[in-house]
Amino acid sequence: MTVKDMAQSLSLAKLAGEENNDVVTGCYIGDLLSWVMGRAGEGNAWITVMGNINAVAVAKLAELSCIILCEDAHLDEDARIQADSNGIAIYASGETAYALAVKIAALLAG
Amino acid sequence: MTPITKRYEVSGDDFTHAGEASGKVKTLLKQIGYHPDAIRRIAIAMYEGEINMVIHANGGFANVDIYPDRVEILLEDTGPGIEDVDKAMEEGYSTAPDEVRALGFGAGMGLPNIKKYTDDMRIESAVGVGTKVYMTIKGQ
Ligand SMILES: Nc1ncnc2c1ncn2[C@@H]1O[C@H](COP(=O)(O)OP(=O)(O)OP(=O)(O)O)[C@@H](O)[C@H]1O
Ligand SMILES: [Mg+2]
Repeated sequence: MTVKDMAQSLSLAKLAGEENNDVVTGCYIGDLLSWVMGRAGEGNAWITVMGNINAVAVAKLAELSCIILCEDAHLDEDARIQADSNGIAIYASGETAYALAVKIAALLAG
Repeated sequence: MTPITKRYEVSGDDFTHAGEASGKVKTLLKQIGYHPDAIRRIAIAMYEGEINMVIHANGGFANVDIYPDRVEILLEDTGPGIEDVDKAMEEGYSTAPDEVRALGFGAGMGLPNIKKYTDDMRIESAVGVGTKVYMTIKGQ
């Protein structure tokens, strides 16, 4: 499943970056940046409330496939600009991290 | 064989540019077609060290030597130093202030991540003098 397919299936709103065809390899949930860098797998969709510029750097360096801001968490303006220029896809959803992860798991299994 | 050598100044002023040096190294490694499996480990390990200099040491310098079979990185600062390096290496140990915790830092996982993603790391630190973090990542 690509990031694009996932975003469509989950009706995610795109806030920044490019709608890309990177493969979603799994999903990681967390707001502590060093946990994410230590534990998230390459290509994972990252569900978080951390919409700041450091999160964009983490997504880029750890090669995550996209950031999903759950429960409509705020995206900082400088983070949006940075994500746009680095091609990091950021989406928003009103759903909880749990609800999103359950749906992503179903999509990955299907 | 002579390495490709880079030196970056890491500003301690703000978090907006933190990660820039690591990002540049990552871009460079991709451009020269470096071992793909090593690039992600190098980028994460260097970022953890870079951000530590910003948060804990008011900035510093990053020195990167790229060899065909390995990348050697030295991060050096003249910050407060680390009193107990073994303790700093423990998962969960952090002295990060509240304002940087609010940004998502301060889990106490940065140095353990460097250990995890590198093939070799060494810390030299003296209180009141500064800290040097050496790391080597094999290219494959
Ligand atoms: N360059 C440095 N200068 C001074 N102290 C440092 C430096 N790097 C790390 N430390 C000390 O070591 C501790 C542990 O570092 P580590 O990177 O593991 O965690 P952290 O930076 O506090 O949180 P995290 O990396 O998870 O966001 C820090 O809280 C700090 O006390
Ligand atoms: Mg750290």
